Amino acid sequence: MAYDKFTVLQSTAVPLPTENVDTDQIIPARFLKATEREGFGDNLFRDWRYDVEGNPKKDFVLNDRTYSGKILVAGKNFGSGSSREHAVWALYDYGFRCVVSSFFADIFKNNCLNIGVLPVTVSPEFANLLFTAIAADPNTILEVNLPKQTINLLATGASETFDINQYKKDNMQHGFDDIDYLINMSAEIEGFEASR
Amino acid sequence: MEKNTLFDKIWDAHVIKSVPAGPDVFFIDKHFIHEVTSPVAFLNLELRGIGVKYPHRTIATPDHNVPTVDQNQTIKDKLSRMQVEKLRENCAKYGIELHDLGSAHHGIVHVIGPELGVTQPGMTIVCGDSHTSTHGAFGAIAFGIGTSEVEMVLATQCIMQSKAKKMRISVEGTLGKGVTSKDIILYIIAKISAAGATGYFVEYAGSAIQSLSMEARMTICNMSIEMGARGGLIAPDETTFAYLKGKQYAPKGADWDKAVAHWKTLKTDDGAIFDKELVFQAADIEPMITYGTNPGMGIKVTGTIPSTQGMEGSNKTSYLKSLDYMGFAPGDAVKGKLVDYVFVGSCTNGRIEDIRAVAQFVKGHQKAENITAWIVPGSREVEKMAHEEGLVKILEDAGFELRQPGCSACLAMNDDKIPSGKYAVSTSNRNFEGRQGPGARTMLASPLTVAAVAITGRITDPRDVF
Ligand code: SF4
Repeated sequence: MAYDKFTVLQSTAVPLPTENVDTDQIIPARFLKATEREGFGDNLFRDWRYDVEGNPKKDFVLNDRTYSGKILVAGKNFGSGSSREHAVWALYDYGFRCVVSSFFADIFKNNCLNIGVLPVTVSPEFANLLFTAIAADPNTILEVNLPKQTINLLATGASETFDINQYKKDNMQHGFDDIDYLINMSAEIEGFEASR
Repeated sequence: MEKNTLFDKIWDAHVIKSVPAGPDVFFIDKHFIHEVTSPVAFLNLELRGIGVKYPHRTIATPDHNVPTVDQNQTIKDKLSRMQVEKLRENCAKYGIELHDLGSAHHGIVHVIGPELGVTQPGMTIVCGDSHTSTHGAFGAIAFGIGTSEVEMVLATQCIMQSKAKKMRISVEGTLGKGVTSKDIILYIIAKISAAGATGYFVEYAGSAIQSLSMEARMTICNMSIEMGARGGLIAPDETTFAYLKGKQYAPKGADWDKAVAHWKTLKTDDGAIFDKELVFQAADIEPMITYGTNPGMGIKVTGTIPSTQGMEGSNKTSYLKSLDYMGFAPGDAVKGKLVDYVFVGSCTNGRIEDIRAVAQFVKGHQKAENITAWIVPGSREVEKMAHEEGLVKILEDAGFELRQPGCSACLAMNDDKIPSGKYAVSTSNRNFEGRQGPGARTMLASPLTVAAVAITGRITDPRDVF
């Protein structure tokens, strides 16, 4: 369904430098049993966040009050594995609106764009700079500017541009989604189908 | 004349429109759905007040979350039951063909598609499941999508996709004894890493690939996603046509001849350009096993776990975290390590050839005492054949437990979970933390290696046993 519009986001960020975080970690399969989209945030990173008895694990970043915010800065190859969109629903439901990484898995990135969570790909150097800055000052503010396609560390002015295709960018800025677009193409689709 | 790859030919034939500076409007021939990733898509259709545009292009089966015992009874777990019931409701409401629990063609979606002959060369196929890449073995463009895209396909039979880059991976020569297609793909992923093909669609080629059966080809294409690829495909040939001939949904009579004539054109032109080309030698490949928590962390069964030399920062931390989860250390040999469970099943290696291979090797042996051995056929059809061919008897005599078809311990959504801390050698495709149950330690291998482990109770080179 159509989602929130995204233009400029200023927020503190949560760092998760672990590499190859797969969608089974973001939301384990046993929590995919719902038939609606709500409520997945509680089980975001479930097995890293809670022990078997359901007690919060102190060393996991989401349980560390020092860090908070609407931006997740993640390690390389984030979102690999299963195509479950529930992973993005869980991030969204928890409160993240933007995920930053030096490398995203394909399907995960598509799913993000379809839900309205902005995936921002930065260089490995810039990712390191962000991890260092957040570790030094957990209250440091990042600005993600979609119209300008930039990500900035406000305190130092360090900045990098990121890629996004124009179509997806327009969709995110206006809160449109692909189905709106496709439904408007019904006649062409019907013509194509009839020729198969 | 322009030289095209197989991928280009199929892709370009399905583009209805290219959005300037955007994705292609891409037409989908066949859509598979299951109970876990479809309910929200149907719910959203209702909220939008629209229906399913071409119901005959979608086929459904419940697989991810179904019990593998007493399938004829009401599902005990309430949430699982609700998902399966929703799937039934939605299929009935919109007129979608459903292969329900207990029916002749129930099974894992990627097993039943080929089995029914729904999967055919030249098609575009999607499903809300990343291992949809399996169907690429027939020379189709097949890939996994998210639930928003499931909704798009139901509503419009299209999705918006940017064309992937193209990679060709050739494997040349003859495979050694005890080496299977599972070892080929684990070898390739270990070489190029779990993210090594991200952004690409892979065509597998070369004499070693061409010599494989359809089922073995499916195992390879299945795991394309485990190196990050959008999908993988293999040009159709006589092996493909022979497999499809006579299948329920395959063309018949004059239509068959017409179809085969077209399918024969589906190959990469000589001189076509790929964005990346890799070549491997079959003779270099040995039985493989994974030791870590992503499928790229694989070595030959006779190998040792790599040291951290040359790693630094989060790369090293992530590596050590992974080994710690597995209870291994750098420099350990994997061979000889004790194992608790073996799992034969999944859309990677849950087909009849896999079960035949295991049965052939365990025949006359007993599983080791420390091993719990599960065999879960990929479909009812596979289960039926396994009974008829006497394989079930052989396996049960050896101490294996046969369960009913479904995804089962591949993702452990149902009750088939490996207990925390236990080691499972599995024919499935993912060794992620907790994939086979919270705390479970998974090592991926071929059905032959799994059979060898079942007998000895330890990580074993199948060439030493059989
Ligand atoms: S068997 Fe495993 S990988 Fe295959 S569809 Fe089922 S859960 Fe996915």
